Amino acid sequence: MTLTISWFLILAAALFSIGVAGVLIRRNALVMFMSIELMLNSVNLTFVAVSRELGLIEGQVAALFVMVVAAAEVTIGLAIIVAVFRRKASANVDELAELRG
Amino acid sequence: MGELIVFIIFATVALVSAIGMVLAKNPVYSAIGLLGAMFSIAVLYVLLDAHFVAAVQVIVYAGAVMTLFLFVIMLIGVDNREAYGPAVPAQRIMTAVVSIGLFAAIVLAGRAAWITGSNAFGTPDLNGTIENVSDELFGTWTVVFLSTVMLLTIAALGTIALAYFGTDVPDEEATL
Repeated sequence: MTLTISWFLILAAALFSIGVAGVLIRRNALVMFMSIELMLNSVNLTFVAVSRELGLIEGQVAALFVMVVAAAEVTIGLAIIVAVFRRKASANVDELAELRG
Repeated sequence: MGELIVFIIFATVALVSAIGMVLAKNPVYSAIGLLGAMFSIAVLYVLLDAHFVAAVQVIVYAGAVMTLFLFVIMLIGVDNREAYGPAVPAQRIMTAVVSIGLFAAIVLAGRAAWITGSNAFGTPDLNGTIENVSDELFGTWTVVFLSTVMLLTIAALGTIALAYFGTDVPDEEATL
């Protein structure tokens, strides 16, 4: 049995699905955020694996750009979580219901 | 064969860490699970000859992002009340159906147009060294790279703005 690209793609799909499950099942904003990071990581894994398979370096460059966007997203997202925590003293997303009609 | 063994070990670690991250009640354990998944993914990048991306993965994700997460957990405290509160009836079952269905859909869609390159695995004709990656990054994608600089600056400014202008909100609420 040899290692082929599909192993990496299946692993990335599994990690992405676990991330989706985390966003859906958890109520803590921080853990939901970590699940989003996991999904970004799995997409990066797909990019790098396909880059390796097709012999194109662009996939790795795309992975680097995804990392930059993820870093910016973490900065803003954690700042929002801290701002919400200062206001509501909770990181539970179910308590943010002010916009409910 | 060696590559396959490394892949199986670290893919298992990544999956177990990811599932542990989703299921752990304590956010600190979730952060540790995410850290394990990120380190395993960095090892898989090395396996794919993407050495620079692996280094950046360790430095940026396992270093900076995880430090930021742990810092925020420390700041707002470990809050594990209602870790998976049942906001929607049968939420867990629906989540399981959605995520397993998504996995099956991705795999089935991938099988239809499965990526098959010309190169067998283990013949490195593409080395993701810092030289090759930066040739591409600063050659073809210079403008995009510079716009990510702008993005990071805007993100930092936005964080500062959130930290400054978020303080007087409780007073406004008290007057309502």
